Amino acid sequence: MSTRTLSIAKAVNAGLRAAMEHDEKVLVMGEDVGRLGGVFRVTDGLQKDFGEHRVIDTPLGESGIVGAAVGLTFRGYRPVVEIQFDGFVYPAYDQIVSQVARLHARSGGLVTMPVVIRIPFGGGIGAVEHHSESPEAQFALTAGLKVVSPSNAHDAFWMIQQAVASDDPIVFMEPKRRYWENGEVGDEPHPLHASRVLRRGSHATLVTYGPMVRTCLDAAQAAAADGIQLDVIDLRTLSPLDLVPVLESVRRTGRLVVVHEAARTLGLAAEVATRVQEECFHSLEAPVLRVTGYDVPYPPSRVEEEYLPDLDRVLDAVDRSLAF
Amino acid sequence: MSDPAVHAPVLQLLTPEGERSASAGQDPAIRFDGDDDTVRALYRDLLLVRRIDTEAHALQRHGELGLWAPCLGQEAAQVGSGRALSPQDFAFPTYREHGVAWCRGIDPARLLGLFRGVELGGWDPAETGFGLYSIVIGAQTLHAVGYGLGLTMDGVVGHDAAAGTEGTDAAVIAYFGDGATSQGDVNEAFVWAASFQAPVVFFCQNNQYAISVPLERQTRVPLAQRAQGFGFPGVRVDGNDVLAVQAVTEWALDRARSGQGPVLIEAVTFRMGAHTTSDDPSRYREQAETDEWKAKDPLLRVERYLRSVGTDDAFFTDLDADAEALGEHLRSVCRAMPDPDLAAMFDVVHAEITPELAAQKAELLAYRAGFEPEVAR
Repeated sequence: MSTRTLSIAKAVNAGLRAAMEHDEKVLVMGEDVGRLGGVFRVTDGLQKDFGEHRVIDTPLGESGIVGAAVGLTFRGYRPVVEIQFDGFVYPAYDQIVSQVARLHARSGGLVTMPVVIRIPFGGGIGAVEHHSESPEAQFALTAGLKVVSPSNAHDAFWMIQQAVASDDPIVFMEPKRRYWENGEVGDEPHPLHASRVLRRGSHATLVTYGPMVRTCLDAAQAAAADGIQLDVIDLRTLSPLDLVPVLESVRRTGRLVVVHEAARTLGLAAEVATRVQEECFHSLEAPVLRVTGYDVPYPPSRVEEEYLPDLDRVLDAVDRSLAF
Repeated sequence: MSDPAVHAPVLQLLTPEGERSASAGQDPAIRFDGDDDTVRALYRDLLLVRRIDTEAHALQRHGELGLWAPCLGQEAAQVGSGRALSPQDFAFPTYREHGVAWCRGIDPARLLGLFRGVELGGWDPAETGFGLYSIVIGAQTLHAVGYGLGLTMDGVVGHDAAAGTEGTDAAVIAYFGDGATSQGDVNEAFVWAASFQAPVVFFCQNNQYAISVPLERQTRVPLAQRAQGFGFPGVRVDGNDVLAVQAVTEWALDRARSGQGPVLIEAVTFRMGAHTTSDDPSRYREQAETDEWKAKDPLLRVERYLRSVGTDDAFFTDLDADAEALGEHLRSVCRAMPDPDLAAMFDVVHAEITPELAAQKAELLAYRAGFEPEVAR
């Protein structure tokens, strides 16, 4: 058993490196991913080591990046494309939802589409407009796409490799504000499409993913100081959802708070809440509560801290649940 | 607005009167080398493709198809380019390339499934070298570029000349229409193909209308001229002249295979029928315009040529019999096509069904079972 400490950004980098070493059909492509190593340096050094034919600085056009990736799969390649920022994925939205997501079904299963679409997502970095979005639900609701989001270095390292190895297209949501948080990377990957219980409690359940996992773990620690023990579950896979641990937890605690940065209406929390009430109606002691971004465009960065769920808002929701 | 269709020379090797014409000033590499047997084979393709189209149109009118997108009038553009392809090449079509599908060896009955509403595709792209019909306008041109990048990476572009081999180099052809040239994806595809010198032939069938909207709304210049701005050659060809289309497409494909990058071919043609069977062209164009193009019919000129060189009547009557047989094949296969099972859709969403989808599939099956008569106990 060997472990090493890496930031999430470096863990994705190491995972991509391992995937490229493992399979010569794996390509990395996107804007500035080559010589620069990506604006977040996630692909740093890959072009130097694997060459310009495998780490491709593309023309500046997201639809082109994803559309070309589709064509490359027809030659047996496994492209990993980088969308530079969450808010820039929309020009590629048609290629993603109309082509990448559907070619397998359109072909009756003959055509596989092993494309990974990496998207640094979420706010909290003091950025200008279009650099702090959380569009994951728009992909999670699209039949034919799978969506995952690592919250820590270990998962980042392993999940990117599992995503590359998948014959299905995967939207890989990277929590950009946590890119530089260090964590231990161990030898044992968890299954890609499984959620994980990160902390065991008994009073209420917190369910979240991506950048909010750190927030919820901090909230659970603060709550514990007050004698409130919280379950914290990292969804990891947003489509398909794995709610087995969530249902098990809610049956014990009777209380559920779902947390994400994305806006509230029709966010992932709405789906989680619906399925929980379908499956554990009689176990619920309180309404399922959501702590999310608001239904406004992502705000100017000077007020983003108020927009984003934080420890206090999470604990406030826990208090409301417990008081019900 | 000026009429972009009349402001650039159009390559033609066979006049509407059926006379072979040498075009002045054209690249000598663009030439039709086939003998009269080759022309007869092309005529056979043209006639059978027209039969596929008219038969499918009739099947739609009889309620057997939900929709049909006719290729009437565009047979030469499709057959000429389709016959220029080598087996190792790949084509990304729109939803109207029935003639190209024919040239790729696809049983035309397989084209009917998606128009009947029993499937979304219908053939194996890898096996046929022919992508699935693509309905979102222009999206497939980017797929062609990606495929072309793959060909280059696979070492099958510009390889033959260096290695002294023949027939291993490959190229990809992307089909689209005049309307699609206004799409961002098509323009991105041009940028990419030029940037990477990808072995892509962009084959634009300029059939003058995007449903109801005439060419002048899409462009102020001949479409082929746009290529220059992207950094590769653009050629205009008489899209109703199968010899010229084949010649220019062979030239472009050879060029792409040898590593000299993309070409845009603008095949100037006319959609004689409706956009689809749901459309009514009388609302947006004059009969006189259609009549004018009828005189430039892609089949008629080849027939005139073949008769002028002494092709006997038996060739034409045998061909008519073949067309009859093909029509009967299409009718019988179409009518026998079973409806699909909705429950099977769950199995093809992903390479492997997810627990969520398995649960929804079970829910559908259980709901269905509730309508079945109870078995006597």
